[in-house]
Amino acid sequence: MTLRRISIVMVAVVVACAGLNAAQAAMEKEGGDKGVPLPVIARGQGDSCVADTQLMRRNHMTMLRHQRDETMRDGIRGKQYSLKECVACHAVMGPDAMPVTVASPEHFCRSCHDYAAVNIDCFGCHASRPEPSVAVIE
Amino acid sequence: MNMKRKTDTGNMAATPGFDPGRRRFLGTVAAAAGVTLAPGVFLYTIGASKPAIARELDVAVSDDVRWGMLIDLNRCDGGCNECVSACVEENGLQGHGRPATDAQWIRKVDIRDPDTGSSQSLPVMCQHCAEPPCVDVCPTGASFKRADGIVLVDRHICIGCRYCMMACPYKARSFVHEELEDQKPHAPRGQGTVESCTLCVHRVDADRLPACVEACNDAGGGAMLFGDLKDPESEISKQVASYATRQIRADLGLDPGVRYQNLV
Repeated sequence: MTLRRISIVMVAVVVACAGLNAAQAAMEKEGGDKGVPLPVIARGQGDSCVADTQLMRRNHMTMLRHQRDETMRDGIRGKQYSLKECVACHAVMGPDAMPVTVASPEHFCRSCHDYAAVNIDCFGCHASRPEPSVAVIE
Repeated sequence: MNMKRKTDTGNMAATPGFDPGRRRFLGTVAAAAGVTLAPGVFLYTIGASKPAIARELDVAVSDDVRWGMLIDLNRCDGGCNECVSACVEENGLQGHGRPATDAQWIRKVDIRDPDTGSSQSLPVMCQHCAEPPCVDVCPTGASFKRADGIVLVDRHICIGCRYCMMACPYKARSFVHEELEDQKPHAPRGQGTVESCTLCVHRVDADRLPACVEACNDAGGGAMLFGDLKDPESEISKQVASYATRQIRADLGLDPGVRYQNLV
C-alpha cells in the first residue's frame, strides 16, 4: 500500500521535471542565448582610475563609505577616493553637451547599477553630475 | 597644532587655493597699512610676526580652533539681504515657493522696541553652539559638532525625525520635504533629512570665508567678521575682547559661536 503511493508520487515528480525542462528549452529557443544586454560603461578622463578596475568594481562602495566619515566628521579632504571626483571624471555628455544626471540610463553609475539591479542611494543627496562650469573640461 | 588662519583680515577676497606666499604678502600689507594709519606708532610686530599656517587637509580638524562669527548690527542694514541670497546661491537652496517649509539656513530677523520705536535687523543662522541641544537630542548621532566647533548633520545617518528642529532655540534647522536634484557638489542635501548652516565648511576647509561673510564684505555693510575665537591674535578675538558683544539667548548657556555687537 505505502510502496504503491510512493511510486505514484515519484512518477508524478519525474513527469513534472520533464515538463519544466521542455518549457525552459522552448524559452531559450525563442529568446536567443544573449541574456541581459551588458551595460555600456563610459570611460573616465585620463589614463587610469584611482585604483585597478577590478578593485574598483568590487570595492568602490567600501572606499567611499570609509572616506565619507573621515571627510564629514574630521574634515579630511582631498584624499584618493571621492564621490565628487568619480562623478566629475566619469561625466557622460548628453545630447545638449551637458553632463547627464542619474535620471539618464547612460549615467556612469546608473548603467552598471541597472545591470546589477542594485539601488544607489548616493544621489538622493549628492550631485550626480559636476557643476556645468567644472564639466566643460572635455 | 597651530592652525592660525588670517581668514578675518577684513575684505580679503576669496582665495581658490591656499597659497602661503600670498598669505605672507597679505600679512606684510596689513603691517604696512598699520604703520601708515598710525604714524608715530611703530607697529612692526603686526602681521609679520605670525604667518598664517593653514591646516594640512589630510589631518583631522582639532579643537585648537573654534570658528566663530561676530556681527556688528550697526553696519547691518534692515533692507539688505546679501547674506541670505549668497547662502542660497552657494548651497543651492532654491525653494519651491513655499515659505513655511522651504529650507532656510540664514534669515534676517527684524526686531523693534515698541516703547522707543527703535528697530534693528539681524542675520540669524545656526549659532554653532559649544553645547548644542540638537546634538543632545539626536537619536542616531547624525547631529554632531566637529572638533573645531562647526555643528553639522551627517545626512548619511539622519532619519529625519526632526527632534533637533524642536530642540534648537534659534529655529536654525530645516527639513527637506521634496525630492531634490542638481544639488551643488560641495553641498549635498536630500529629501527626508534635516539640514542647517554649515558655516560653509567646504569653504572653511579650503581656507576661504563663508559665503555670507564674503557677500557682506563685498556688497553689504561689512558687518560680519569670521575667525578663530581661540586664537588671541585673530581679529575676531581682539574685537570680542575689546567691545561688548552678545550671544542671543545667552541665558540658555549654550555658548553660541555667533556673537552680535551693538544688539540692544
